[in-house]
Amino acid sequence: MTQKSRNIEASGYSSSERMGRIFGWLIKANKKYGAEWWILVFGAVIILFISYTAIFPGTLAPYSPLDQNTGPQLMAPGPGHPFGTDNLSRDILSRMIYGSRTILGVAFTAAILSSIIGIPLGLISGFLGGIFDRIFSLIMDSVYSFPGLILAIAFAAMLGPGVVNITLAVSVVYIPTYFRLVRGQTLTIKEELYVEAARAIGARRSVILGKYIFPNVIATVVVIFSLNIADAIMTEAALSYIGLGLPAGIPDWGMDLAMGKKYLPSGIWWMITFPGLMIMTLALGFTMLGEGLSEILNPRLLER
Amino acid sequence: MKNLLRYIITRILLTIPMIFILLTLVFVILRIMPGDPVSAMLGAHAPEEVIEQKKEELGLNKPIIIQYINYMNKLLHFDLGESMIFKQKVIVPIREKLPATIELTFFGMFFTLLFGIFPGAYAASRRRKGRDFAIRIYANVVYCIPVYWMGLMLQLILGIWLGWFPIAGRVNARILVSTFERTGFYTLDTLLAGNLYAFGDVMLHLFLPSLTLGIVLSGIFVRLTRANMLDVLKSEYILSARARGIPERKIVYKHALKNAFIPVLTMLGLQFALLLAGAILTEMTFSWPGIGRLLMERIYLRDYPTIQGVIVVFALFVSIVSLIVDILYAMVDPRVKY
Repeated sequence: MTQKSRNIEASGYSSSERMGRIFGWLIKANKKYGAEWWILVFGAVIILFISYTAIFPGTLAPYSPLDQNTGPQLMAPGPGHPFGTDNLSRDILSRMIYGSRTILGVAFTAAILSSIIGIPLGLISGFLGGIFDRIFSLIMDSVYSFPGLILAIAFAAMLGPGVVNITLAVSVVYIPTYFRLVRGQTLTIKEELYVEAARAIGARRSVILGKYIFPNVIATVVVIFSLNIADAIMTEAALSYIGLGLPAGIPDWGMDLAMGKKYLPSGIWWMITFPGLMIMTLALGFTMLGEGLSEILNPRLLER
Repeated sequence: MKNLLRYIITRILLTIPMIFILLTLVFVILRIMPGDPVSAMLGAHAPEEVIEQKKEELGLNKPIIIQYINYMNKLLHFDLGESMIFKQKVIVPIREKLPATIELTFFGMFFTLLFGIFPGAYAASRRRKGRDFAIRIYANVVYCIPVYWMGLMLQLILGIWLGWFPIAGRVNARILVSTFERTGFYTLDTLLAGNLYAFGDVMLHLFLPSLTLGIVLSGIFVRLTRANMLDVLKSEYILSARARGIPERKIVYKHALKNAFIPVLTMLGLQFALLLAGAILTEMTFSWPGIGRLLMERIYLRDYPTIQGVIVVFALFVSIVSLIVDILYAMVDPRVKY
């Protein structure tokens, strides 16, 4: 792909022609994979856009998210403030833009943390079997069958507010997700012929695990990773909505929603509409990406 | 029948390690993390002797392992202990608030199935048509809506703007709860007392929270029902039903849906944990006096025994529901044997 795009650069196509090429490529992929491809593209576009706002908030936000002198309090959406202002007359659009930073950072880090712990445990547990496997499976299943949010609430409450703490609270909840998935896959792959062959030629266990089993497990993990970020986003937002998330001063969608709740009885709709819409859109982006990926990478995983 | 009984007993015994592990986890977290009930109770500036005395009273000065053994010992005798903050048994507030949560989840489940199963079956019968895509988009979008946001928006539109529904509590403040309260399930109580006006009011209060829960969770069930229906609609008995000239509507909703429903039913058991989590957030949004709110209140007060008690109740709740679902499964599908 990179070689190809370099060729296009060199051959001096105009930008519109290049766009046409990209579009043509998208259409071709559409023919190959069908509607799922567009689901993936749509999800990716949402994620890219919100990631852009998270990385370069200054280029888009008209105000600082903490600036309390942007205009009147509780102003309805209108000129100057497309999303209106909140009770401290902060610009809601700017808060949404800066808030994406918090939620994306927490959800992404939490998903990476839980996969870093869950994947190796699942691999080893599935590969070794025996009493070790039994104990770990029992622990993980117990945590998994319990409502994750309630556990996250307990953790977050005990750890106290803070970016690191909320990330930890969210990540602990999702370790069993990775564990169970990877363990199940390992159990299947362990019985494959090529693993047996590797064992027959005397490969060490660590080599079998790292070189033969792990690469075959990772494809499914990619899909679950994306879906998991969507879940982590919802959990983070829920925690900060009930007031267990972040200290004041860090713009955060869930917290803005909780603040808007106080003004709901007076019919202030913009304080709750936009944060919720943002949480939903971001979660939707990752869900769509995950669904699309699952269809393309392993069509049989989620079944249609 | 004997086999079924044996299965039920095994299943109940299997939930014990689960509760045990969860409790150990929560116990350890609660004790390791900073903050303790004594300073929450007396304030940070209380004199040292008073704090020590209070700690001894509550048994908090003993080593953690001893505290743990004591707690587990009590639990084995079905005793959840006594609240550290209030002079009452832990079971008292739980028993008082549990009916509210059960009522909410029950009606939430009803809406979930209503908005999940029929659209799912319909989508499958119109596979790859416009309406199928519309329903699939609905399922995906709804799955990503945070429960509490859905609740807030419904409160705003149906509660504030249109003024059709109350947005908080279980019953209007002007109706005296003591006139009908018996079991704590207000829908039942009002009917038993024959107070139809109060019953209507209770239902009105119940409507928005359970609708919120139902809509948000219906997404998963749309997808499940659709996937199962697609499988079932391909099977031969459907073909033979078509050949016999049975109307398509009857084939889809009677012949096929019955069989597609079985896997969905098992999922209901698995998704119940999600429903409970959603219920907590809904309780927070609608000021619903259930055990979710109790948990949140007591977390702030660091009332260890009550927090642990609520966790036990939640774990029991989840396992009982999955057990019921499994038994139903055996009843719906005669091929399943234990």
